[in-house]
Amino acid sequence: MSDAPEHLVKSYDQELKRLRNMMTQMGGIVESQVALAADAIMQRDAASATRAVEEDPKVNALEREVETFVIRLLALRQPVAGDLRQIVAALKITGDLERIGDYAANVAKRSIVLAQFSLPYSLAGLAHMARLVQGQLKSIIDALGDNDAEKATEVWRSDQVVDDIYNALFRELITYMMEDPRNITPCTHLLFIAKNLERIGDHATNIAENLYYAVKGESLPDTRPKGDTSAYAVIRPRE
Amino acid sequence: MGEQQDRQASFGGVQARATSSNMNEPRIAIRNLDFYYGDNRALKSIQLDLPDRQVTGMIGPSGCGKSTLLRVMNRMYDLYPGQRATGEVMMDGENIIDPSVDLNSLRARVGMVFQKPTPFPMTIHENITFGVRLHEKLSKAAMDERVEWSLTRGALWEEVKDRLHTSAMGLSGGQQQRLCIARTIAVRPEVILFDEPTSALDPISTLKIEELIDELKNDFTIAIVTHNMQQAARCADQVAFFYLGEMVEVAPAGQMFTAPRERRTQEYITGRFG
Repeated sequence: MSDAPEHLVKSYDQELKRLRNMMTQMGGIVESQVALAADAIMQRDAASATRAVEEDPKVNALEREVETFVIRLLALRQPVAGDLRQIVAALKITGDLERIGDYAANVAKRSIVLAQFSLPYSLAGLAHMARLVQGQLKSIIDALGDNDAEKATEVWRSDQVVDDIYNALFRELITYMMEDPRNITPCTHLLFIAKNLERIGDHATNIAENLYYAVKGESLPDTRPKGDTSAYAVIRPRE
Repeated sequence: MGEQQDRQASFGGVQARATSSNMNEPRIAIRNLDFYYGDNRALKSIQLDLPDRQVTGMIGPSGCGKSTLLRVMNRMYDLYPGQRATGEVMMDGENIIDPSVDLNSLRARVGMVFQKPTPFPMTIHENITFGVRLHEKLSKAAMDERVEWSLTRGALWEEVKDRLHTSAMGLSGGQQQRLCIARTIAVRPEVILFDEPTSALDPISTLKIEELIDELKNDFTIAIVTHNMQQAARCADQVAFFYLGEMVEVAPAGQMFTAPRERRTQEYITGRFG
């Protein structure tokens, strides 16, 4: 806990600080991956796409490093209370960050395929969604650095908006596909891209929940804002 | 005398003294307890329940009052002039710190195991029978049965059954401590107090004692003072944290070691005392 006094054993404090640093470092890379992937789609920038994909092994390596370090801390320090919560949360949070990295890489790869098609419609909705998700991600990574439970709660609440945009996009893209079968390939990729962005938002929410528990020692309420209703959406072609 | 006969009668050879209350009532209820060493107020308005047949762990830095509280529960302080307790320590409907409560019968009801093993310089068999003889008159057969029962419950029988009449001083430290526990059980107390029972023992002997405590809580209400927080986490159902004579917090062990409510508790158990 950032405002707690120091441990009597200073090396323990240093280890906890190192864990926090690894987590924020990973957060920074993942944040840039998502930004690169968003550029790759919006600017049709293949170089950005490649860089987003190339960052992924670094994220994976950091995740493994955190995992090894956490196991070592659990074995050697036998942490309790706030320390225990922070250490276990770090393990779970880096798992979420790693997934976010994967989704960003997947978005980047699809952007390369997408670049081969000329799109007769605007990507404004997707761009808006990407900005929101990037904002969520930035807020939660800042919150991680400051151990800020209030900020985590804000991120947790903000996910509803992303879900709403995703649902609107889902309907929009299906409509394009129904209008002209030639849209099916690019729209399917766009659908996956939107879903990946939506999932990134979900993982940001997970991070918020874990951070909140680590700081406060209690969980956020069970019912989190969750608005992806596309699983039940039925859109019928006009007669 | 009537009580002794009652105890004898209810003793079926292999069971602890039947307790009259139901499981939900605390075996010991401490209310507004203050304790003084002369003018020094070592315990301040303590409120604590020892739930029946559960283990209550007491933790806190040296001088916080946890051992003092243990000593109050069987009036260990009685012989020291200048030491006095006020308030209530209710057990079976009576306030056991009231001077009218007979000290000998209280100590049979509330047994204590100390930090260092304290076997008497006698045989193993005599170590067990010594306390029993003070409270009960048993036939030789009944006494032998009691010795076997106590040593079995003390997880020592298999190791010593062939050498019952040799000196207890020849046992290892861990065995001596289990003998002391068996000796305490032998008079069939309701409550057993452990004052850092494993701080002089190696890790394996420590685990054996912890396993034993886990077994004993089926029949006895247990309070354990320990400096080893992992031990409190492993053994105790509820844990009480003491600081400067106050009880800061009491909570189920699972909560205490994952999300304590009080800041002072959090700082102490995570090793940040400042």
